[in-house]
Amino acid sequence: MLNKIYDWVDERLDITPMWRDIADHEVPEHVNPAHHFSAFVYCFGGLTFFVTVIQILSGMFLTMYYVPDIKNAWESVFYLQNQVAFGQIVRGMHHWGASLVLVMMFLHTLRVFFQGAYKKPRELNWIVGVLIFFVMLGLGFTGYLLPWDMKALFATKVGLQIAEATPFIGSYVKILLSGHETIVGAQTLTRFFAIHVFFLPGVLFGLMAAHFVMIRRQGISGPL
Amino acid sequence: MHKGKGMKFVGDSRVVAPEARKPMLPKDYSEYPGKTEAFWPNFLLKEWMVGAVFLVGFLCLTVAHPAPLERIADPTDTGYIPLPDWYFLFLYQLLKYTYASGPYTVIGAMIIPGLAFGGLLLAPFLDNGPERRASKRPIATGAMLLALAATVFLTWQSVATHDWAAAERQGKIVEKVDIDKTAEGYQIAKDNTCLTCHGENLQGGAGAPTLIGTGLKPEEIAKIAKEGKGGKMPPGIFKGDDEQLKKLSEFISGLGAK
Repeated sequence: MLNKIYDWVDERLDITPMWRDIADHEVPEHVNPAHHFSAFVYCFGGLTFFVTVIQILSGMFLTMYYVPDIKNAWESVFYLQNQVAFGQIVRGMHHWGASLVLVMMFLHTLRVFFQGAYKKPRELNWIVGVLIFFVMLGLGFTGYLLPWDMKALFATKVGLQIAEATPFIGSYVKILLSGHETIVGAQTLTRFFAIHVFFLPGVLFGLMAAHFVMIRRQGISGPL
Repeated sequence: MHKGKGMKFVGDSRVVAPEARKPMLPKDYSEYPGKTEAFWPNFLLKEWMVGAVFLVGFLCLTVAHPAPLERIADPTDTGYIPLPDWYFLFLYQLLKYTYASGPYTVIGAMIIPGLAFGGLLLAPFLDNGPERRASKRPIATGAMLLALAATVFLTWQSVATHDWAAAERQGKIVEKVDIDKTAEGYQIAKDNTCLTCHGENLQGGAGAPTLIGTGLKPEEIAKIAKEGKGGKMPPGIFKGDDEQLKKLSEFISGLGAK
């Protein structure tokens, strides 16, 4: 039955090559911790992806309660944290996941760097990976403001001052992010929310797709 | 790939008809060196187990340490000492040094991080030799180790110099209490500069704890007002007479008391 459905779809869409790229391929010995325990360093990339999936899922649940305006943002987070069943867990996962994703990505970057795995022919994939790193830092920065508590507001003020220090375009960057020359307020919160929830995840998905397509295309780098 | 005349397609789509497809069988496992393993389902199952263990640890962390939430943002509180999330601390600390701040902010905020991250982005082109082993390309390895050491050092410096006790005090969520600002006790507190540190609503700040719900008796408060406490609150702040002191301490003792 399942085979028949597969054949029916395959005749029309020729999905076998896709299936082969996603699932039906070889895992070389040197990346398999079952054969060489030191190969656990190859897990960091996968764990980064795993935590990213957790971030996406927990973030989707958070937006069910979160209200991005300065009157209700803090109240909604407080309510979620203290009243909603498992709200503390979901918010905790998103909060700690943000740190974990950076830790895992950092370890993954170090693995790739010290193994020289970014060398020809994998230069493009390294660049995409570093861009993912920047997007993640951007997600961390914009997400920090959203609870609208004291540390969020003042850390964002510092962050915007740093952005303002950019030569020539600094003040424009700041206005683009905060919505006003001097005030960090209602506009800033909605902008950061939009950037955190729509703009950066959109960029992130594109970059991650490119990252994975290139891995499947080139295969994992050989042993040292 | 076979192109042009004679190609068979599925209907009018661009997908090649099944009988004309080349077999897309994967290479036989024996053609790979070493002990390879099929990704699906063998290796994926192992990955799944690693993920499950990781998830359990992650959830334990979440349960043991709930995500922090400070009091609602108050832009008028100018005494607040800001602190970014830990992964930006290295940059935050860098900007505290003389030649990376003030008139030199461009160096600390743009040039140094720009060089570091630019170097990271362009690493494959800066380190373009054929050698992969870290020991065979000492410049790249050395630069990365240096950057790592600098990042760890800056983060550690930032953590070590931050006043964590003040940070906890200044961000604490204080139960909202209606304070009678016309009360005599409030006026006395204002006249004796209590509010300068403890806040207009006695909610506390970076330098001083909240005075709401202290749980102290009036006599204890009177003693602190006169003699100070813990080095932070200096003695002799209170300058009024005994009757005012009594009113003040009764007022503060009554705040948020149940």
